[in-house]
Amino acid sequence: MQTLFIRGPSATVRMTVLVIASIVLMTVDHRWQSLELVRSTISGVLYPLQYSIDLPIRLFYWADETFSTQKTLLEKNREYEARHLENRVQLQKLEIIEKENDRLRRLLSATPKTTERLLIAEIINVDVDPYRQLILLNKGSSSDVYKGQPIIDAQGIMGQVIHVGPMSSTAILITDASHAIPVHVDRTGLRANAFGTGKIDQLDLRHLPHNADIQVGDMLISSGLGGTFPPNYPVAIITQVERPDGEPFAAIAAKPLAQLDKSREVLLVWHNRPEEKPEQSTDDRDDDETDAVTDTGDNSPDENPVTTDLENPSTPLRDNNE
Amino acid sequence: MNKTLRVALMTIIGALMLAIMPLPDWAIEFRPDWVTLVLIYWAMALPSSIGVTMAWFAGLLLDVSYGSLMGQHAIGMVLVIYIILLQHQRLRVASLLQQAIVIFFLLFIKQLIELWVDGMLGRAPHSWFYFMQTITSTLLWPWTYLILRDLRRKFGISKHYQY
Repeated sequence: MQTLFIRGPSATVRMTVLVIASIVLMTVDHRWQSLELVRSTISGVLYPLQYSIDLPIRLFYWADETFSTQKTLLEKNREYEARHLENRVQLQKLEIIEKENDRLRRLLSATPKTTERLLIAEIINVDVDPYRQLILLNKGSSSDVYKGQPIIDAQGIMGQVIHVGPMSSTAILITDASHAIPVHVDRTGLRANAFGTGKIDQLDLRHLPHNADIQVGDMLISSGLGGTFPPNYPVAIITQVERPDGEPFAAIAAKPLAQLDKSREVLLVWHNRPEEKPEQSTDDRDDDETDAVTDTGDNSPDENPVTTDLENPSTPLRDNNE
Repeated sequence: MNKTLRVALMTIIGALMLAIMPLPDWAIEFRPDWVTLVLIYWAMALPSSIGVTMAWFAGLLLDVSYGSLMGQHAIGMVLVIYIILLQHQRLRVASLLQQAIVIFFLLFIKQLIELWVDGMLGRAPHSWFYFMQTITSTLLWPWTYLILRDLRRKFGISKHYQY
């Protein structure tokens, strides 16, 4: 019984201290984002847990691959080869357009485009906060992932990294309610910000006036303003334009092009970083053309962590030196 | 003492795994607050070894794995466990139904605190299903209680205070 009297005040004191500590932590975390080290350490501890939860799903995929018949594998292989050929043909055209673009840029003495490096990361299948659009990736600071790094998939921009752990990182999707991405309309060059709505299939363009030249079906591509996202990647397609009377702004909704809820693998993009801008990559484009072509040809999809120099995104290139 | 802590930690880690286990989309909002339920049980059964400090660290782990603000889950957990510690002797002799009612209100307050923080950050969820978590947790309390009690008895962890 006596223990009660010893414990009473002690628990109260501890509770008070911890509540104050929590409030301080929350404030520091929100205002200055200076707790990344603590967060990173804890997420290193949590990684085995997350990995072991993901393991059964990983095993399922592995078993699916291992026990599939030779016939299905052959079929798949044939399909991929056909698609590969198709893509290469299109890439050839892009190469030429890019060379031309580059020459024109140099004539205008505009800044040369930067090279980009890609790395495939897998999404670890664990649930995070159900009311936010976050995903967990299996690459962390050991693979040079940095905070604010953009992630894309084959269709378009997915989001950016917000927390980096030693072996894993957390990324926020462009549809999260607290996220916005600077875009422009491909057809007209009109600049806007695409805000996340918290719904996985909708982005909102706010603060565009009624007379903005925008229509359903317009493609939104990243403008690269702000420096977080690389320019000229597809982001979304306009699905709805309303111009309600009495409202100062038009109500415009767009659908993200990236497979935000279906992808199992994403690409981490390094762009515009000082150490990622080697001189020879621009030289490459200057003289020998064959090198560049074989470079992209080497890009086989089965190498798992593929790091490759990618000079241009797979979008229709446009000249936007404004 | 050592064994006590080990068993309790294992169950808390188990709860943490359940908390991030992928669920189908329709079930996500119904996911019970496993970590708090397990902590409540241990705070009731062994108030001398599982207290507010443990709750705080468990909350921080949850914050990191959910990607929320550091301290957002921790603060609610500390408050819930503190109230349980104050009332643990009354709660122990209460029936499972009465315990569940108390836990319903505690978890509701905890969710309100989290909602309040989210609201201050401008990302409060616009759905009444947000509070489903409290309801499913309450419904699962008797089951959690019985399982953990059997576990505790199996490992022969006594209720007596050991210093």
